[in-house]
Amino acid sequence: MTASSSSRRRFVRNAAGTTALALIPYQGRPAHAGTSEAAVPFEPVFFTPAELEFLSAACERIFPQDDLGPGAVALGVPFFIDRQMDTPYGKGELWYLSGPFHEGPPQLGYQLPFAPRDLYRKGIAAADAYARQRRGRKFSGLSANDQIDLLTAFEGGGVQFPELNARMFFEQLRRNTLEGVFADPVYGGNRAMQGWTLLGFPGARADFMDWVDQNGAPYPFGPVSLARQPL
Amino acid sequence: MSRKRTDVVIIGAGWAGSILAKEMREAGRSVIMLERGPERRTAVEGSYPGSIDELRGAIRHRLFQNPAKTTVTIRNTMNQTALPYRQLAAFLPGEGVGGAGLHWSGVHFRAAPDDLRLRSHVIERYGKKFIPEDMNLQDYDVTYDELEPFFDKAEKVFGTSGEAYKIDGKIVGNGNVFAPSRSDAFPLPPMQDVHTAALFRKAAAEAGYHPYSMPAANASKPYLNSYGLQMGPCNFCGYCSGYDCFMYSKASPNINILPALRSDPGFTLISNAHVLRVNLDAERSRATGVTYLDQKADREMTIEAELVIIAAFQFHNVHLMLLSGIGKPYDPVSNTGVVGRNFVYQTLTTSHAWMGRNDYTNQFVGAGGAGVAIDDFNSDNFDHGPLGFIGGSPVWVNQAGIKPIAAAMSGGGKSSPRWGKGFKEALVDTYRHSFAIDAHGSNMAYRDVYLDLDPTWKDSYGQPLLRMTFTWKDNDIRMNQYVVGKIEPIMKALGARHYELGRLEYGEPFDTRRYQTTHLGGGAVMGADPRTSALNRYLQSWDVSNVFVIGSNAFPQGMGYNPTGTVAALAYWAAHHIRTRYLMHPGPLVHRA
Ligand SMILES: Cc1cc2nc3c(=O)[nH]c(=O)nc-3n(C[C@H](O)[C@H](O)[C@H](O)COP(=O)(O)OP(=O)(O)OC[C@H]3O[C@@H](n4cnc5c(N)ncnc54)[C@H](O)[C@@H]3O)c2cc1C
Ligand code: SF4
Repeated sequence: MTASSSSRRRFVRNAAGTTALALIPYQGRPAHAGTSEAAVPFEPVFFTPAELEFLSAACERIFPQDDLGPGAVALGVPFFIDRQMDTPYGKGELWYLSGPFHEGPPQLGYQLPFAPRDLYRKGIAAADAYARQRRGRKFSGLSANDQIDLLTAFEGGGVQFPELNARMFFEQLRRNTLEGVFADPVYGGNRAMQGWTLLGFPGARADFMDWVDQNGAPYPFGPVSLARQPL
Repeated sequence: MSRKRTDVVIIGAGWAGSILAKEMREAGRSVIMLERGPERRTAVEGSYPGSIDELRGAIRHRLFQNPAKTTVTIRNTMNQTALPYRQLAAFLPGEGVGGAGLHWSGVHFRAAPDDLRLRSHVIERYGKKFIPEDMNLQDYDVTYDELEPFFDKAEKVFGTSGEAYKIDGKIVGNGNVFAPSRSDAFPLPPMQDVHTAALFRKAAAEAGYHPYSMPAANASKPYLNSYGLQMGPCNFCGYCSGYDCFMYSKASPNINILPALRSDPGFTLISNAHVLRVNLDAERSRATGVTYLDQKADREMTIEAELVIIAAFQFHNVHLMLLSGIGKPYDPVSNTGVVGRNFVYQTLTTSHAWMGRNDYTNQFVGAGGAGVAIDDFNSDNFDHGPLGFIGGSPVWVNQAGIKPIAAAMSGGGKSSPRWGKGFKEALVDTYRHSFAIDAHGSNMAYRDVYLDLDPTWKDSYGQPLLRMTFTWKDNDIRMNQYVVGKIEPIMKALGARHYELGRLEYGEPFDTRRYQTTHLGGGAVMGADPRTSALNRYLQSWDVSNVFVIGSNAFPQGMGYNPTGTVAALAYWAAHHIRTRYLMHPGPLVHRA
């Protein structure tokens, strides 16, 4: 089940560098309720060790380990987010980031000058500072309940960080965490396709000719991934 | 600056542009088609499994317009400052060869006869006073009977699957009882119902409504289209809406038209060519060609042409007209001008049913155009007299395939947590056992809802962004609430364990952060009166007669149905009149009164 960090990196590189990837059927162990999966260590390309501590704690609160299966850390979400920071998306190349910048009503959407990378760098520093000021420790040093309290406050929009509303940071974190849980394992998250197994999603099968209508029966086959082998 | 010559230059390689290119080649004219995005061939850029990757596809927007280069600004009302649409969300314009026609879903409707002459129809049935004062209700100035041969022609190119109700006035099958008579059957039989569509079909009939199979440009069987191009049967892969079809089953310009043109020496397709403007002569009454930026060489190029077809998609068409000075820009204060007037969208709300825990809805199975709908509350199929609104919505189960990231973003029901404890459980239950029912409705045009050029923000080419002033109005909210109320009996008949009705609320502004549809319309509408339409009934500019503007920009108001079937029919209709009349005698096809 465990893969070395170098082999994990290799799969990600394959995803970027090849268009036709071999498909192999799912052979990994299904997720067992309540199994405790260890995080796989890796070398971050973007986050500092301190940032990574925040990121791991926060995404685990958003998608926690519980009776239904592993949480964000065991699924490789921090690794996924770290690698996303090194893509055109992470660098803000898919957003219109030309000025001038004015805040407006929420329904007119995102109006900050920051790429995803900047949101993390500024957001994590501000969130840790906020945690120290309010609870006397950096975020990752707090109890799970205290962490949940802070994230709830960030989500609510009532906390203003120096350069952005905490809600913007929280929404970015929630979005990328869920992407990491449910994107193809080839991007480094959704380890052993356990995110997909949880939902009953068959991944890249993409052929349901004989399953168009089976009158409500559960789909019987496990998922397949774009990765050369299950992570 | 380099120059080239051609008979016809076409801006945009989506459905509208590709149809016009094929028609102009059949008429023997040389054609250059300019597309600002990259090349996208099914067997190369669109092949399996790269095409079925949710993160790369619908989430990171592989096939959509990149707003970093150019976008729009949006505000709800005229007294606000419009702000840039910095992250794609509410609507997803296409970019690259095939346009949004490569990643659309394939729901393929013909406009309802009443919707094409809505103003005349409302006045005849309900009287002129029924029309709210600030509503710009208009006719298309083309009728269903005039368009019928072109609807038929488009379906035979798209390989559309469906079931007819009436052919030549005779009832022939179990199709939509509200649909007008056709000259021929659909080229392919209807798509099979997925489980949830079958549940909806039964429950809707029990509730007293008239369910029918949605017409889908997803092939239910192998099909050879009228251009000799082959489609394969759809396997309900579920990577449909927002994705390109690796199975050659969903109609796209890339599969259904362009292969018939690519080897034709009289046809040239130039990708990565961003058109900056249409060039006009000194009197602004004749176009001389276009200027584009060759994005690979970073060089401006000019093409001289006899005929210019603007087919860059609804709001890009309006943007190009404003940047080029074609027609008079609309001013809502003085209520004059036409370019930007009658900007419309569509009302879309989704309701959810949760079935029993032993009933697996398998929402990942699906095809973008397939499903079961009712038209009992669409168009003028019901008496609006006592209701006090204009418009309607089809209601349907159109399960295009729900992938896990998208499912996780919306999570469980309205009262379930968005993250943390309880989130997973609600998400799993919702993903496994629920399904969606949409009310996909009309949107009328209003004096203060329009398009113009933004005074502040510019695109990466230095040109002003287009500005949208848009919000929901009471007429459309009332319509949506009425139709959504009619979903309740279906929910009851389904025996759903739990259900939630989604509807527009009064005073809630248009929200740019939530995907609705990419069915934007109007802004350069067709019509009989040059004071209220930018184009005549042949989609020809009233002011610059060698410019035709093809797209949903021509719709005077937003209809309940999806637009592309009507866009394609209008494209063939315009092309027919260009071929049979304009090319012989270039000049206005309709004279100003
Ligand atoms: C996810 C999704 C699902 C949809 N599903 C349906 C459906 O089920 N049924 C339906 O009826 N409709 C659907 N639509 C809408 C449908 O895609 C459009 O109505 C249709 O594609 C419009 O065709 P078009 O040719 O007008 O524009 P497009 O297909 O958008 O093509 C326009 C092309 O012009 C290019 N262009 C723009 N500006 C320039 C410029 N300045 N220079 C050069 N090129 C330029 C663009 O890059 C684009 O490729 C859907 C849309 C989306 C996004
Ligand atoms: S659902 Fe069918 S039409 Fe749509 S992409 Fe898959 S195979 Fe193609």
